[in-house]
Amino acid sequence: MDLHLLWFVILGVLLTGYAILDGFDLGVGLLHPFVKGDHERRLTINSIGPLWDGNEVWLVTFGGALFAAFPEAYATLLSGMYFPVIALLFSLIGRAISIEFRSKRPSKAWRTYWDLSFFLSSLTALLVFGVAAGNVMQGISLDADHEFTGTLADLLNPYALIVGLFAVSVAAMHGSIFLYLKTEGALQATIHGWMWRTFFGFLAMYAVTTAATLIWVDHATDNFARWPAAWVVVLLNVLAIANIPRAIHQGRPGYAFVSSSCTIAALVFLFGMALFPNLVHSSSEHASLTIHNAASSESTLGLMAIIAAIGIPFVASYTAIVYWVFRGKVKLGKFSY
Amino acid sequence: MDLDIVLLSRLQFALTIMVHYLFPPLSIGLGAQMVIAEGMFLRTDDRRWEAIARFWTKLFAVNFAVGVATGIVMEFEFGTNWATYSRFVGDVFGSALASEGIFAFFLESGFLAILVFGWDRVGPKMHFFSTTMVFTGSVFSSVWIVIANSWMHTPAGYHLVDDGEGHVRAEITDFWAMIFNPSSMHRLGHVLLGAFILGAFFTMSIGAYYLLKKRHEDIAKRMVAVGLIFGALSSVGILVSGHSQARAMARNQPAKLAAMEGHFHTGEGPTDLYLLGWPDREAEIVHFGIAMPGMLSFLVYDDFETPVPGLDQIDDEDEPPVLIPFVTYHVMVACGMYFIGLTLLGCFMLFRRTLWDTPWLLKLLMISVPLPYLANQAGWVATEVGRQPWVVYGELRTADAVSVAVGSDQVAGSIILFGIIYIALVVLWLVVMNEKIKHGPEDPATLGPKTRGSVVEAATRLSLHDAHRMTHAEEEE
Repeated sequence: MDLHLLWFVILGVLLTGYAILDGFDLGVGLLHPFVKGDHERRLTINSIGPLWDGNEVWLVTFGGALFAAFPEAYATLLSGMYFPVIALLFSLIGRAISIEFRSKRPSKAWRTYWDLSFFLSSLTALLVFGVAAGNVMQGISLDADHEFTGTLADLLNPYALIVGLFAVSVAAMHGSIFLYLKTEGALQATIHGWMWRTFFGFLAMYAVTTAATLIWVDHATDNFARWPAAWVVVLLNVLAIANIPRAIHQGRPGYAFVSSSCTIAALVFLFGMALFPNLVHSSSEHASLTIHNAASSESTLGLMAIIAAIGIPFVASYTAIVYWVFRGKVKLGKFSY
Repeated sequence: MDLDIVLLSRLQFALTIMVHYLFPPLSIGLGAQMVIAEGMFLRTDDRRWEAIARFWTKLFAVNFAVGVATGIVMEFEFGTNWATYSRFVGDVFGSALASEGIFAFFLESGFLAILVFGWDRVGPKMHFFSTTMVFTGSVFSSVWIVIANSWMHTPAGYHLVDDGEGHVRAEITDFWAMIFNPSSMHRLGHVLLGAFILGAFFTMSIGAYYLLKKRHEDIAKRMVAVGLIFGALSSVGILVSGHSQARAMARNQPAKLAAMEGHFHTGEGPTDLYLLGWPDREAEIVHFGIAMPGMLSFLVYDDFETPVPGLDQIDDEDEPPVLIPFVTYHVMVACGMYFIGLTLLGCFMLFRRTLWDTPWLLKLLMISVPLPYLANQAGWVATEVGRQPWVVYGELRTADAVSVAVGSDQVAGSIILFGIIYIALVVLWLVVMNEKIKHGPEDPATLGPKTRGSVVEAATRLSLHDAHRMTHAEEEE
């Protein structure tokens, strides 16, 4: 297999892992302020308590892998989207410390403050992810040295903002299903209603984003002409989405969660299809950053593939162990936040 | 705005990395203390060790979370502010960073969940295994990041490739030569020992505080004793490591050594070693200097004759600043000497069994905890400023490494935001740590059931009964 393509796929896998895993805990952050009562809010936070940190490692590893495999894309994107990235970093800091510090004092004002900070930082992080994804798909203006030549205002274009809101809607739905799985009693009953609402919110944004993509990003579907088999993923995506309300209706939240995870995986796949072989689409006359012109040397890609092959089984086993140990309904104990 | 983007980018990097580096060395050093305490608990079945392990874990969790929050910034800041550098080194540096993610961060964060939240979900052996894995993960993390950083000081195992359009970059030619570049192992040992000393002083300080307050005395004595022995070994070890590192530096980065030592003129005879002083780069002398004759020659070459190359042998445009490396290096060394003296004295009195009745020494142990923080920071400042004007020694100048697409006003804006957020972060960290330390460890008698099954319900059901029985057992002892 071509090493450039292999690394495109590995980055896709890391992004899928991140989107599914941090997707639900970012979503929990969005829903958190709507939960009433301190005990209930503690349950919400503790549902992701042992998991959020490991979920974020997927993003850090994605960043490291992008740096190693496609340094040109890493450099162009992060320096080009300077303020959105700084905002993302602040929101990731905000989430980490909100979760950690909230429980350390009983004062109502203290906890309300961290609840707000947790919500806003989760929201900002999701918006930035969506805006970034929207921009690399739609294209940003590059010069001959692969440097971004646009402004912040160019990045905050309507299409990118729509994708930003779409990311928020996906996380809200995914997070509410996760929270439903982890809770019981009255809280769970409240969340049952949220699953429906967030699902319809997602469905509306899915329609809007699909339409916007077809209108504004005409190259997004080019690859489907080359590989018609990819339509299968579109079909699977629609089936997975349709399966979410079915599973909720049947009272099988685990199945609904699997369906929403599959939906996210399919969305990341479609994102990759819209880009390939580009990593960053260029809207100017200069070349896009592709998996070839943005890549590290052939031998480094090979070396990194060996490192990834050694590391991935370990990563999979730690993740499995942790999710197994913390399976079941969330309960507050002496070690909780 | 007319601000120097290189200076601003350097200031922002210095701010974010220095704040970040308040946390990882404690994670490593305290991690080692947790492994020791929990290991002792498994060996001796003495629940006082368990109380210590649980207490360290609580502090560790807060520290780790802030370390992760500030660490994510570092992973992306190479791209945001140093895009030209990233393009130049991505092939080499990126792979070390990616390896850190795959081999270290997943290990750490996965088992951290069990370490912090899993006391009543897994058995004691599995819990101990998790603690050990978190510690191992934090060590792995330092391995990869120190390798990446060392490559910037002593690049090896690479060649430069020109793409024909005026872009040059470094690519790996020999992976193992890149990993074992001339300074990586020296620096790794030094970084780890620095973290162990910090962990030891941190735990000793807390133990000494309880002893002086006459709280948790039984437990606090163990905290101090372990910290002292561990701290003494690490302090002596770091002297050896520092010495070998300085000798390697004389070979690999003579300009940095000359700057750290304030050594302007090579001269004909042996080179003196300044213990104190204030270097003046314009006048090329060290004011108020107290020097040991010929000592630098002896330390570097084992004789009192050979002159060590001074800054006069370095081209002007390649000369590092002198004042900052000199001062920070000497502060670090002075701290190191103090650590050796204090911990050896402490160990001596510990074995003479007079330590617990010597409040002045306990007070000294308690208030000394800022010094290892200072030493860790000062050492990094000395080595990083001493590498200037290069970001990759001999290959890429810092001034040529910043992002092209970012303006100085943008960096000025982000520095202000980072400044505000980081001040708040450090203050909160101090407040929360302080509250936890004041609250203190749990009484070993009320720790709950000793047999921890994987089923929480069963444990909860048994807990009342067991706690009752244990209190009786303690009384009978």
